[in-house]
Amino acid sequence: MSIVGTRVVRREDRDLITAGGTYVDDLRVEALSGAAHAVFVRSPIAHARIGGIDVSAAKEAPGVLGVFTAADLGLAPHPSGPLLEPWLAGDVVRYVGEPVALVVTEERYQLADAAELVDVDYEPLQAVATIEAALAGETLLFPDHGSNVVQVNGAKEFDDGIFGDCEVVVTQTILNQRVAPAPLEVRGAACVWGEDGRLTAWLSTQNAQMARGQLAAGLGVGEESVRVIAPDVGGGFGAKIGADPEATVLGWAARQLGRGVRWVESRSENLTAMTHGRAQRNTVTIGGKRDGTVLAYRLDVVQDAGAYPRMLLLPMLTELMAVGVYRFPKVETRSRAVVTTTTPIAAYRGAGRPEATAAVERAMDRFAAEIGLDPAEVRRGNFIRPEEFPYQSPTGASYDTGEYAAALDKALDAAGYAELRAEQQRRRAAGDPVELGLGIAAYVEITGGDGGGESGRVDIHPDGSVVAWTGSSPHGQGLGTSLAMLLSDQLGVPLEKITVRHGDTDEVPNAVGTFGSRSLQLGGSAIRQAAEEVIAQARELAADLLEAAPDDLELDAERGVWQVRGAPSSTVLSWAQVAEAAGGGKLSADVWFGGGAPTFPFGAHLAVVEVDTETGKVELRRIVAVDDAGPIVNPLTFRGQRHGGLGQGAAQALMEVVTYDEDGNPTTATLADYSFVTAAELPDFELVDMATPTDRNLLGVKGIGEAATIGSTPAVHNAVVDALSGRGVTHLDMPTTPIRVWAALEEARKGSAQ
Amino acid sequence: MKVSIEVNGRSLTEEVPDRTLLVHFLRDTAGLTATNIGCDTTSCGACTVLLDGESVKSCTVLAAQADGHAVTTVEGLSSSDGELHPVQRAFREQHGLQCGFCTPGMIMASVSLLADNPKPARDEVRAGLEGNLCRCTGYHNIVSAVVDASGQEVDR
Repeated sequence: MSIVGTRVVRREDRDLITAGGTYVDDLRVEALSGAAHAVFVRSPIAHARIGGIDVSAAKEAPGVLGVFTAADLGLAPHPSGPLLEPWLAGDVVRYVGEPVALVVTEERYQLADAAELVDVDYEPLQAVATIEAALAGETLLFPDHGSNVVQVNGAKEFDDGIFGDCEVVVTQTILNQRVAPAPLEVRGAACVWGEDGRLTAWLSTQNAQMARGQLAAGLGVGEESVRVIAPDVGGGFGAKIGADPEATVLGWAARQLGRGVRWVESRSENLTAMTHGRAQRNTVTIGGKRDGTVLAYRLDVVQDAGAYPRMLLLPMLTELMAVGVYRFPKVETRSRAVVTTTTPIAAYRGAGRPEATAAVERAMDRFAAEIGLDPAEVRRGNFIRPEEFPYQSPTGASYDTGEYAAALDKALDAAGYAELRAEQQRRRAAGDPVELGLGIAAYVEITGGDGGGESGRVDIHPDGSVVAWTGSSPHGQGLGTSLAMLLSDQLGVPLEKITVRHGDTDEVPNAVGTFGSRSLQLGGSAIRQAAEEVIAQARELAADLLEAAPDDLELDAERGVWQVRGAPSSTVLSWAQVAEAAGGGKLSADVWFGGGAPTFPFGAHLAVVEVDTETGKVELRRIVAVDDAGPIVNPLTFRGQRHGGLGQGAAQALMEVVTYDEDGNPTTATLADYSFVTAAELPDFELVDMATPTDRNLLGVKGIGEAATIGSTPAVHNAVVDALSGRGVTHLDMPTTPIRVWAALEEARKGSAQ
Repeated sequence: MKVSIEVNGRSLTEEVPDRTLLVHFLRDTAGLTATNIGCDTTSCGACTVLLDGESVKSCTVLAAQADGHAVTTVEGLSSSDGELHPVQRAFREQHGLQCGFCTPGMIMASVSLLADNPKPARDEVRAGLEGNLCRCTGYHNIVSAVVDASGQEVDR
């Protein structure tokens, strides 16, 4: 029986549960013995001109090896986006948390003492803390640019004509609030220059190879002069793609001082200086007929890019995925991105797609409410149908395969939807102050959407062991176990003889890494392709050894032996024997899988909440989730990825938000202030499996890393609004905190009293 | 100041700065890096260890306060022949970890929880682990792991 598709406990775990793994701050390697420690001095003011920086007192503090500011660096500007972001702010600071100086000391405990002595003269400027203030343009972050709008995409002008045939048109502005990726391991780096003039940088990163390119470019050296190693990585969620500017400054300081330097940020730094996610204000207009047919959809996206635009792809991805799972004959989208005096925005689990889904799924509910139909019924009538795939969406996406109605029906059946609706009615009729709410989200997601490929290498050694190198860079997903399962299945080699390596640019020079749920479909396909090439090599060698024609040979993948086809009782060759004959030590193939077009996983989530209308408190009672990502390699990790996504997505709907006051001061800068969901606030998740393969890669698989986040946020959001719908509430922004729920109820009550 | 702390059964006497936190003593002086630091407000629980058998967040305890006491970290949990503690075994079997960063603290908090309540219901596990944050698992499998470690059937 094939191991693929069976529940295999992770190989990654043993070290993590007994020795705690090796994250950047755990490194005790020889090269880092005697390394100094570093801390960044960061702006406490959102927007200010720097009058001067006095580092003289800091330089005299105990243990200080160096204090560096923009004036010292002499590096070419950081090429992160359309507007240049300084490595260290020299003239103007644009968000609280922006680095202005680097302090390096002998001992870790000397850092804070010395950093306090760096005296920066800030001349405050007006903060631009909201999208509205940015659009108003009274204060410009970059006066030379002439506007706070830094990107415009999509429709030049909207055409109200697209709603001309509609009997019902509903418009709603939906805030997709700013959230913090907040991986449990904060950012960290350790940099050492060797005597050979090469930099070795250990980084907490999702893709060592991209980080290598960024470090080399930033430092003005060739890529061959930089080796990046990602040790164990304590979560990324999109915010650890590549290398942050801090890593380049650290590499520069290590070169300047001629000794190793290590840096680990604090949680407060992480919450203010690591990129945030989401932060869109989306206005949707949906139109259709009273029978429930939708006809037209408009999405107007405003992306808060933060102080420095680092990833303007995000609003474009939101436009690309705007229509979700529905057939909208007429669609128009546009997006604008603005800069504000807040932490820069970049990828966070889902990266542009959750925002699209949240908008269209709220819009479907508002449309259904307007015409008085059940939201499930309206969705079912408008799904793109199975026979329409591959489906070219009006926004330019090419969906591979989908069974959207089937996914929704599975979720509703598993939840007992009709009974839940009946219970909701009973409670309303009885005047129960605790309302029941049901929220549906049907979603389609794009994975491997970057369109890049991935590397894979497979070696078979004369002892019969297999070593594989992947360009993917897992950080908790369990990909190492999944790839070993694929190889075991393909080669007939037991798991314990297979090693999967990743995350060291000297071992894997060419790679794209892990983001956008691309790893299994592209990294896995690369490993599949490399193993196919190794099998082809082995076939020739085994044919020589058995004195048979290569075409007459077959690999018995049950036993992992080569034999003459149709003669299983004759002489067989083990992988060890074939590898021995290969000479040079091993069979080996090093490939680039470049054929993987994006795939489009989909699903349907149902959330059940109880809302206490007297206190505003929302309790999430159930989430039933159907997530279809094609064939499953390891159900254990597949379900684990979904659990994590459901938790993060639900938390965005219920409680998570990064906030600033009107002067741009962060008011959620610690985990004591930022509402991070705990075990006590989440229910057990109810998962329903479904698998529709794709034909766009060698494995037929789609990504699952972000899918459940994308579906769960609108499901929970819709459930809360649904709970209040009988009391005149038609919309509520996220997070649906008690005060916001209570205020919405008060507003509705006042409205109905007038 | 000089402190003597028994760490995982081994007595350590070291001169450390007065303000040394227990978590830094464990990581930098004892060289046991499994205990992690995830926040600066005692919110995340990644640094949870047992101090004389009671779970504490070691980022909020001075090494001086642990002077003369016994500390257990996740490195000291499995037996000397490498056999996993039931909680470690259950975290692995139930996929109660992904990136692993919160895991040592989560395991130590779970050991403490089970010492107080040997057969917890799932809701009791959820309430008992409220002080330990995880960003990867959605907690579902962590709850399953604790239920499993308690010898009860995991029905989800």
